[in-house]
This record gives sequence, structure tokens and C-alpha cells, in this order.
Amino acid sequence: MKRSGGILLFVLVLAIIGPWLSPHDYLSTNFDDMLRSPGLSGLHLFGTDDLGRDLFVRTMLGIRVTLLVAVVASLVSLVIGVTYGAVAGYVGGRVDAVMMRFVDTLYALPFIFFVILLMVAFERNFLLIFVAIGAINWLDMARIVRGQTLSLREREFVSAARLMGVSTARIIFRHITPNLLGIVVVYVTLTIPQAILVESFLSFLGLGVQEPQTSLGALVDAGVNQMEGASWMLLIPAAVLALILMSFNFLGDAMRDFFDVRQTP
Amino acid sequence: MSLLEVNDLTVQYGNNAVVDTVSFTVDRGESVGIVGESGSGKTQTALSLLGLLPRNAKMTGSVRFDGEELLNRGENHLDGFRAQRIGIIFQSPMQALNPYLRIGKQLRQILLQHKIATGNDADAKVNQMLDRVGLPDPERQFLAFPHELSGGMRQRVMIASALICAPDLLIADEPTTALDVTVQAQILDLLEELRDDMALLLITHDLGIVAGRCERLLVFQAGKLVEAGATVAVFASPRNEHTKRLLAAALRADRGEVLAPADAKTVLGVEGATVSYRDSHNARLQAVVGVDLSLREAETLAIVGESGSGKSSLVRAILGLIPMQGGRVVYAGEPLEGPVELRAAAQRRDLQLVFQDPVSALNPQMRVQTIVGEPLLVHESTMTAESRKDQVITMLQKVGLDESYLRSYPHQLSGGQAQRVAIARALILKPKILICDEAVAAIDSAVREQILDLLRMAQHESGLSIIFISHDLAVVRSISHRVAVMYLGRLVEVANSENLFALPRHPYTKALLDASPVPDPLVAPVAAPLKGEIPSSVSPPSGCVFHPRCQYAENICSERRPELRQIGGARVACHRAEEIDLSS
Repeated sequence: MKRSGGILLFVLVLAIIGPWLSPHDYLSTNFDDMLRSPGLSGLHLFGTDDLGRDLFVRTMLGIRVTLLVAVVASLVSLVIGVTYGAVAGYVGGRVDAVMMRFVDTLYALPFIFFVILLMVAFERNFLLIFVAIGAINWLDMARIVRGQTLSLREREFVSAARLMGVSTARIIFRHITPNLLGIVVVYVTLTIPQAILVESFLSFLGLGVQEPQTSLGALVDAGVNQMEGASWMLLIPAAVLALILMSFNFLGDAMRDFFDVRQTP
Repeated sequence: MSLLEVNDLTVQYGNNAVVDTVSFTVDRGESVGIVGESGSGKTQTALSLLGLLPRNAKMTGSVRFDGEELLNRGENHLDGFRAQRIGIIFQSPMQALNPYLRIGKQLRQILLQHKIATGNDADAKVNQMLDRVGLPDPERQFLAFPHELSGGMRQRVMIASALICAPDLLIADEPTTALDVTVQAQILDLLEELRDDMALLLITHDLGIVAGRCERLLVFQAGKLVEAGATVAVFASPRNEHTKRLLAAALRADRGEVLAPADAKTVLGVEGATVSYRDSHNARLQAVVGVDLSLREAETLAIVGESGSGKSSLVRAILGLIPMQGGRVVYAGEPLEGPVELRAAAQRRDLQLVFQDPVSALNPQMRVQTIVGEPLLVHESTMTAESRKDQVITMLQKVGLDESYLRSYPHQLSGGQAQRVAIARALILKPKILICDEAVAAIDSAVREQILDLLRMAQHESGLSIIFISHDLAVVRSISHRVAVMYLGRLVEVANSENLFALPRHPYTKALLDASPVPDPLVAPVAAPLKGEIPSSVSPPSGCVFHPRCQYAENICSERRPELRQIGGARVACHRAEEIDLSS
């Protein structure tokens, strides 16, 4: 947990303060200095791209955007998914049936089609990406949470709370939800990398973040085009992406242990 | 030379010794009982004999079986002993049997693995073994999956699998703890009968089981062997303090004081209560059928019966946790209706429940302070956090815990402490009626007495009425004023404790009393008084539902349903209650 958390923190801090440390910005093109390989000359640590923009600063920007999209999308799916799933699971009966059929219906929508539809209907918008990813991820979360809630509902401490006269809302949020924490945390750390991948995929297709803004996915996309002459343009953002994904996965395992109070002596 | 010689056996996890320099022997053909409370190292000792402990367990000392060292030997070496020389039966057969394999196949595998028999030979041997352990229709059971069998039948299959290679030593680890008393008696009889000249190491927490069935006794406490000797001698003159405490805490159903009936007005009346569910196959299951009961002020009413008798369903319906399909409940002159959420706050606070397993009844993510204080938060919403905390502390002190537990989580408490917390939570609103659903069944005997004292004290102080559900008649005898006996959702006998224990009127009551193990080696165990197991309540037997298992049954019993009738000091539902003699 310490190591993966440390790596993520380092990446995050670097992404925030990194661009200020560099003399370059993410916008300025320099046609005299295109496709420079990584190194200290000209202070282009990660080299430059085919428009002569500094790749270090652009990578940092990409990290910011990617993490932002991922974390916000996961929080959206967390809040909606847990509330929806816990209510459906605890209340049960007809309410549960209606709520879950709605989820099934949303599942049936083809995701990419859905995103393209959004892009066409509205302006290409940063916010839309959050909405699109969040709107897909909360479905899984709701199903998982509902399943867990169904089994928690039968536990005796819930019966005890009902006998005490604890309100249904309080049972859901004070008795059920805390006991979902372990599985939810694990699932969130799985959704974050998933959201990152989806964002990268959208950007790769040209549906995501638009130039001159960038994300790790968009950088990888740009890198693929220059793969033969300037391999660093692909390798560096791809390596950063892999590092972040791996760190989240390890963090997930560690967080599950951490949130399990039963393991603290 | 003894069959099994254990010398200075120590089992450690890290620096924590769960078995500490234990030495004992088991001779050929001898039956030895290991008793102790939970966590005393009984099971760890048994598992270490066959190398079944997890990898991080460090074992030192020596275990010699028939002269050969077993400790820390390789799997291949141990395989020669497992099943063939030493058989083992675990507490929970459902977990010890593979749910995906048919019974016959699992047993046949043992024979094939040890190259004892193959092909049709093996099948024949398995069928023969299933027949010996009393499985009806072994040819059919050969093809059954474990979940298709009842708990008692599964334990019989476990015994068959342990004995199929005819080992020299059988280790039985709490073989009957998960079973009803009547089935427990059958299984213990079966073990006795099949044992012949095989040595038996019987591990249990119940002194009543070892008393009549083991020649020697080993008493464990906190990983140490604190007393060893002939069973009769240990019971007659225990030398160790811990053994003395265990013996003092052992309750018996066959003798001892009973409480005189409480003479007070009725606080809770149940008329014609009927509860049914749909089971997983969507068949209607009659859990409770037309039960009439009343509870008086400051009285403890025990409800006893095997699992499946509808005790828990009845009280859950009274409390409004599950719906009742018929009948009514009257509390303090007012009807108690509908699910608990819709009942008046005053009615809700007056009826509280204590569960069997305190650990699952407490929210694992909450601290003791929040758990015990929550009822106040709900019912006394104007109370300040300060005074709530004061009340919680006072309540904890009443149940014998101090302030230092406020910040604890349930998993940090022992079973007894957790049950105190659960009782504190139930009593903090000063209810009029407390329902205890097997509240002491999962608790060690020494702590059990303290919990029972706690209940008696609460009753004495505030006139609390208690419904005490239990399968253990020894505990019931020590706490209840009146007893209601249920079988398959119906009341079969209701009587004051003094009448019921002196002269049971219903054959089922008598059977429960006889099956209750007596912690006294001088009282010979009665042969299992009942055959078979409680039938499914999806299709209950005709007439008197007890007649298929009743030795006194006549034609009328299968034809007409007996009503509860007043006979002597009891209400009994038996056609032949007057004729049959159940004294002795």
C-alpha cells in the first residue's frame, strides 16, 4: 500500500507542479524543434512532439486530465451506484424489481453509440466525458452493491436495528453501507483504471479530449502515428499510463485490508 | 506401547502458543474425551496429529502413532496414516463434504486413493458402509448430493467416510455440536456401536457427552492440559481449579431446583398464531400452526424443541420481523399488528430480542458505544450526547463491562462479552418483554451461567418477562418458570417447570429429556429415545405430526389431530396422554 500509494502521490504532485518547473508550456509550437528525442538539451526532458511542443509538460497535463476524469467518474459511479444498489437491495420486492430492470435497460444501450450520440447532441465538452463514463460505471456498482445488500439484509444486526425502531434510511446508511465499504473500495479501485482506459480509448478514437488539451490516451494516440520515427512519443505516455493503472490495482488490494476493521487488532 | 503417544506437543502461530507442551496417550480400543472451552486448543491438537494445520503453524514435540513419528512429516508419509489408520470426523459435515460430488463417489474416492478396493468392489463396500451407519436406502443415497441429506444423515456419511478404511483411531471433533439433541443421541449411539476395538478421541465442550461415553478425560485450558484421569475420578474429585469450575457450571436437566410458577397477570397473549413461508422451491412451508400462548409478568417462559420446530419463526412473527398469516398477538390489551416498522414506538420499545450469535447480531463496523446507544438515539431523540453516553456506561456496568469497552469493535470482544453488549442494547430502553433466541447456545458454560444470572437479575429488578428459546433442557430447567414444547410448528405440551421436569406428559417432551446428556459418569446414557429426524413442514404427517417417531402411536394418532387438553398441571396435545406412563 505504501509503495503504490507513494507512486501515485509522486505522479500526482509531479503532474501538478511539474509544468511550472519547466520553461515550456503545453501550447507553444516550435517548428524548429520538432521530434527532438528525450534529454537535457533545450530542457525537453521527454523530448518534443511533431509540432515541437514540449512532451514533458504535455504528459503532465495528460496525467492531470486522465486522473481527473477517472476520479470524478468513479466518484459519480460510487455515489449513484451505492445509493441506488443499497436502496434497491434493502427495500426489495417490487421497488427492487423496477429499479433493477431500469439498470438492465441501460446495460442494453451500446456504450460507444451512446457517447457518439452525446457528442453529436451537445457540444464536445469535457464534462460529457465524465457523464458518459460515470453513467456506464455506476451500473456495475449498483448491481454489486445490491447483491451484497441482499445478503446483509438477512444479517441479525439488521433485524436488531429494525426492532429498535431505527429508520429505514438510517439502516441503509449507517448499518448496511459501512459494511459494504470493503467491497466498494475494491470495486472503485477497479473502476478508476477502467475509467482511465475508457477515457484513453475515447481519446484514441478522437472522441475524448480535444486539442490542444490532452490526456494520456490522446498522447498515446498521437504517439502511435509517430511510432517509427519518434518511439518516445508512444513509449513515455504509455509507460506512465501503465504505472498509474498498476498502482491503482495494488492500492485496491491494500485498501480492502485497510477498511476491514476486523483485521485491526 | 500405546497406540498414540503425544509428547510435549506445542503448536505456535508466531509467538502465540495455542497448544502448549501437551502430553497424553491413547491406548488401543480406549475412548478418551478431550474437553475444554472454545479456544482451549482442543481442535488444534487434533488437527496437528494428522498434519492438517495451516502452513504457518509451527509444531514441536512428538506425536508417535503405533511407534512412528507423525509430526512434521511429509504429506506422502501422512497419507499412509490418514483414513487408513486414523479417521477424523469434523463438526460441520456440510463443510467437510464436497457439495459437487455425489455421496457414493466421495466415499469411493477414499478407497481408490488408498488402494483398498476398486471398481464394483469399491461400490459394494461403500453401500455396505452407508448401510452400517444407518442411512435408509443406501443404494439411493449413493447417488445423492450432500445438500439433499439432513444434518444428521450428513454426519452419518461423515462417520462412514471416517470408518470406511477401518482405522485404528477415530478422532471426532465436536461431532454432534451442530445437531439436535435427539439426533445427537443417535449419532453418539452409532459411534459407540461401530467402534468395536477402535480407539476414540472425542473432542467436545459438553461434559454431558463425555461423562457416559469416555473412559478417560483430558481437560484443556488455554492450550494447556490441566487435568487428565479416569472420567469417573475426574468427575468425583477434580483436582484442578479449572476443571472444578467447568463441572460446577455444567447444568443438568434430570435434577436440581426448579422455579415455582409466577402468579401474575398476563402481559402478552398469542392466539392461533400461524406463520408460513415459501421455500426455495416455492412450496408452502407451515412453520407455525395455531399456537396459543400467554406470558405473565416477571415470568420466564421457555420454548423448546428441535430445529425446525418453529420456535424462532413464532417469536419473529410476534416481534413483527416476519408476517403472520393467521391469529393475533395482544400486548398490554392492545393488538400487536403489522411489520415492526409500522408499530407504535411505545410497543416497539417494550419488546426486545437477544440473538443466538452475538457476533452477527452486532454491526461489525460500529463501536460498542454506538451499538448500545443507538436505541436511545432513536427513542429519546431529545437526549444529549453526554447523557446518552452516561446511560450507556451505566448499562454496560450493569452487564458487567466497564467504560474501557466503549471504543471496542464487536470482533475485539469474546463471545460472552459480545452477548453482554447485545443484552445491554436490548435492556437500555427498559423493555417489558425480552425474547432470548438461543441466547446462550453459542457461549462457553462458565460464561453461560453469568449471562443467565444477568437475565435473572434484570427480571428481579424490573419485573421483566422473558421468552427463552432453547434446545437445551438443562439450561431451561435452571431459568424458566414455565415451558412450552413445540414440534413441527405445533405446541405439544405447556406446563410449569415443576410439573414438566417431574412428569412429562407428552412422549416428545419425554424424549427430549432423555436425550439431554447428563454430566455425570454414574448415570448411564439412555439409548437414543427417538428414531429418525424432524420431518419437513412442507408436507407434515397426518393426524398427530409426531406419530411417525412416537413409540406409543396407535391408529388414532395418524388419523386425528390432537388438541391441547388440560391434564393435571399441564396442557398436552396427545391422544394417549392419560394412558401412557412416562414417569421414571
